[in-house]
Amino acid sequence: MNENKRIVVGMSGGVDSSVTALLLKQQGYEVVGVFMKNWDDTDEFGVCTATKDYEDVMKVCHQIGIPYYTVNFEEQYWEKVFTYFLDEYKNGRTPNPDVMCNKEIKFKAFLDYALSIGAEYVATGHYARIVEQDGQKWLLRGKDNNKDQTYFLHQIKPDVLEKVLFPLGDLDKKEVRKIAEENNLATATKKDSTGICFIGEKNFKTFLSEYLPAQPGEMQSMNGDVQGNHDGLMYYTIGQRHGLGIGGEGEPWFVVGKNLDNNVLYVEQGDQNEYLYSDRLIARNVNWLKDMPETFTCTAKFRYRQKDTPVTVTKLDEQSVQVDFFHNERAVTPGQSVVLYQGDICLGGGTIEEIIKENKKLDYVG
Amino acid sequence: MMIYLDHAATAPVDDRVLEKMYEVEKETFGNPSSIHSHGRKAKYYLEAARSYLAGSIHAKEEEIVFTSGGTEANNLAIIGTAIENEYKGNHIITSQQEHHAIIHIMEYLQKKGFHVTYLPVNEKGQVDPNDIKRTLTDQTILVSVMYANNETGVIQPIEEIAALLKDHQAYFHTDAVQAYSMLDINVKKSGIDLLTTSGHKLNAPKGIGFLFANEKVAIEPMNYGGMQERSKRPGTENLIGAVGFHKAAQIAVEQRSANVEKYQGFKDLFLSVLKEKEVQFEVNGALDLQLPNIVNISFSGIPIDVMLTNLDLAGVSASSGSACTAGSVEPSHVLKAMFSFRSERPNNSIRFSFGTANTTENVTEAAIKTAEIAHRLGK
Repeated sequence: MNENKRIVVGMSGGVDSSVTALLLKQQGYEVVGVFMKNWDDTDEFGVCTATKDYEDVMKVCHQIGIPYYTVNFEEQYWEKVFTYFLDEYKNGRTPNPDVMCNKEIKFKAFLDYALSIGAEYVATGHYARIVEQDGQKWLLRGKDNNKDQTYFLHQIKPDVLEKVLFPLGDLDKKEVRKIAEENNLATATKKDSTGICFIGEKNFKTFLSEYLPAQPGEMQSMNGDVQGNHDGLMYYTIGQRHGLGIGGEGEPWFVVGKNLDNNVLYVEQGDQNEYLYSDRLIARNVNWLKDMPETFTCTAKFRYRQKDTPVTVTKLDEQSVQVDFFHNERAVTPGQSVVLYQGDICLGGGTIEEIIKENKKLDYVG
Repeated sequence: MMIYLDHAATAPVDDRVLEKMYEVEKETFGNPSSIHSHGRKAKYYLEAARSYLAGSIHAKEEEIVFTSGGTEANNLAIIGTAIENEYKGNHIITSQQEHHAIIHIMEYLQKKGFHVTYLPVNEKGQVDPNDIKRTLTDQTILVSVMYANNETGVIQPIEEIAALLKDHQAYFHTDAVQAYSMLDINVKKSGIDLLTTSGHKLNAPKGIGFLFANEKVAIEPMNYGGMQERSKRPGTENLIGAVGFHKAAQIAVEQRSANVEKYQGFKDLFLSVLKEKEVQFEVNGALDLQLPNIVNISFSGIPIDVMLTNLDLAGVSASSGSACTAGSVEPSHVLKAMFSFRSERPNNSIRFSFGTANTTENVTEAAIKTAEIAHRLGK
């Protein structure tokens, strides 16, 4: 009964999307593999990683027996994702390009493209589940909690869930690898990609310095004492320990904040330093995947792969919320996402704008 | 059924060509350079091919250099003459709508210190010979303008250009990869010094082509080795490829007038179905200047990749300009050269090219499918 249903699978050349396409093909769908080219990263030797990844897509699609194509979103990616990424760094914040890519590219531009080539659904290799209940689709965490990617998916519009399949949601990574190996897929043993897609294996600092001017300045502790020099505020994120280049006596140093106006990086000693902690945040650009009351209790994540923590959420308006933490939280960072959960259901989330402690906005955090 | 409308990319090998190649390969595996009987037999077939192909453009046998195809012939023609004639000057004229196998060679030569003028192209799809007149200097050593464009099929004013160069030191090269099968080319009468062809565009196998180089043209070889191809292209010859090219060219020449009529008929049919179905489209380049087998159509508001994917999923193989990295298509540089920078045509145009894989029935069916897709996607 699936045979006349066309599904477009976003293929990256990795093992997850390869297995996604395979599983759907086995379920009898008419599967079409599409490679998204979002970034032109041709290096000094004229080679781009996109070419290598695309070759893997070709191999796998050939093995599975499905047609494959490339769609070019370089322009949209630059406009919607990369510009945002640079702007956030310029403002001293820590952006989340994967969230923006899912929102603007994979589940908007790519979905539109898939529909325009006659697809009923798009599928990706994300570790998340979409479950229908009471006539509505819910976004649920992937069964492999270690791999769950709902954190990056929370900005998807609820009506888009109707058009999306995540066939890996009920599997864990080991099972996915096993399926790939059993079927001899060319990508079965390919290393997982790490980091941000357009930076790849490159050094983050070098990459960023190609786009934004770095302004070295002072590192100061909160009492104003100079502790060293920084290479440019954009290179640091709240809670960072490594790469500060200051050490010596006592406990290790951590980034606790930034002063953009004076180009100062605030550092303090000790993993548990009080300046790292807060008890409330304000988030904006909130996307709701479930209708929620004006105020409610749930759990939240402030960074990917962090454990859930209990919070009380109060709506300030339809797109902004105040989130009060049950316990003080460490290194909550502007620009990152706060994502809300009830059990396995992802309720939605937004971008962290303000960090608050004891009713006072922590201006030093940014 | 899959319908193939991409003959300008490559064309299926003719059965008679396959048979001939099989026959000859079975008969002799010799190296044409060997002096024994095996070698002589091989040499016979190689020279028979050379002789026929030379005659097909009214050239002499010794003016034909077999190559691996169009790209290699272009490299040899352009880099070979540029280096050999550098003492006379360092200026080269070409056009903005050349195939990448010309443009990228020119860019290479620019890096090596040559000056290259890229002529503009008008909306009909032609270069203006007056522009050549204006840009010729006493430093110009080579002019390279394609015979017919591979994307639009528009035939260029080759004889006028050649006439302009008659009393000038500059050699005239033309890439005739698309034109060779459809037009009766006479290099002597037209005044062409260098001409590129490729076998697989006319139902010969891939991997064989030739460069015609007038005996008076001085060329520096790109490769060094044995004495094959008068040392202009050393290396053991692709005998079986040459045999296939020979046979395919024979068929193409014999059937040329019939094919011209047939493919023009397919083009007219394709366009009339689109019109009948009230599809919004425009043909790029002047219809009366085009090769009969190529038509380039702009579908307003439909991006190339979306159109091509839809066509393929519906079983119709067509193409656009050139593929870029990782399978993505880039806007056509040919159409960019023809139209204003505001034009959307480079981003929404598809090339359909007809040939031996087509019948009235499958061309009609492809046109109907194209119309359906255009209606579904069009604004």
